[in-house]
Amino acid sequence: MSSRTLAVDPNEPVEFYLREEHDHPEGSSTMLGFWIYLMSDCLIFAILFACYGVLGSNYAAGPAPRDLFDLPLVALNTAMLLFSSITYGFAMLAMEDKKVGQTQMWLAITGLFGLAFLSIELYEFSHMIHEGATPQRSAFLSSFFTLVGTHGIHVTFGLIWLVTLMVQVAKRGLIAANTRRLMCLSMFWHFLDVIWIGVFTFVYLMGMLR
Amino acid sequence: MSTDTHVDHDDIVEAHGTRKGYLIGFALSVVLTAIPFALVMTGTLPQQVTAYAIMIFAAVQIVVHMIYFLHMTGKSEGGWTIMALIFTVVMIGIAFSGTLWVMYHLSTNMMPMSPSDMRQIP
Repeated sequence: MSSRTLAVDPNEPVEFYLREEHDHPEGSSTMLGFWIYLMSDCLIFAILFACYGVLGSNYAAGPAPRDLFDLPLVALNTAMLLFSSITYGFAMLAMEDKKVGQTQMWLAITGLFGLAFLSIELYEFSHMIHEGATPQRSAFLSSFFTLVGTHGIHVTFGLIWLVTLMVQVAKRGLIAANTRRLMCLSMFWHFLDVIWIGVFTFVYLMGMLR
Repeated sequence: MSTDTHVDHDDIVEAHGTRKGYLIGFALSVVLTAIPFALVMTGTLPQQVTAYAIMIFAAVQIVVHMIYFLHMTGKSEGGWTIMALIFTVVMIGIAFSGTLWVMYHLSTNMMPMSPSDMRQIP
């Protein structure tokens, strides 16, 4: 039997723990924490997708996806979000090169594409509601408005965040804190595009096939 | 000692995209979006085939976005982002497919009931 002994000075008290916390620089865990937030957001959307999957064919003798959805409009909307993703990518590249003006310009373009996406979505919603396809019409429409509306609210808050960061960058420049915030928004924005892939496939395209 | 396993914060390389990476991701996304829209709008394939095809295109596009836009690698943040992602995918798999599985078989698993029985329900 071999036993390990603690090779310490008998006069010195034995410590079984670290006396001091090792160094955690500010913001070192922000990206991982934000990623975990996004994953929890993903679960919210998974449940809303599941709701839509279950209720999506209960029309209550009301309008069906085929009567309501306008695919060219959805394609335009998808293009807006995809363009905003690539322009945000260019903003991140400009940020890495420490070019404040270019970063702001790409952020502004991203914001405009995001605004276009939101306007088209609101136009689509108001058009549907004017035709009588309101959320309370059928289970299909309730789950449709909940799912697509939740995504729209995320984009709205993303836009508010984007404007806030543009003001911050204008006032303070590309300091470490602002860089970190821009990287978080980058993840958020691209994540919304990923969710939209699910929405246009599962809701719009599959809806037209039924 | 325990300090050996600790990942030093300075070693963690933050994921950065390149212009080429973003452009490749964008080009792939455009193609992977255009094909399913074209399939549904023209209706060239049978419905069942189209449904499976657009689901596959969506899955591929999500992976493309993860790699080129969200810069996912197995190494980022010491492997913790990929762990969180795998955990989430498993949870979504259970919640989403589990819900659909149960709900679509609900009527099959109910006790058979004739219309006259239904009228007896208070």
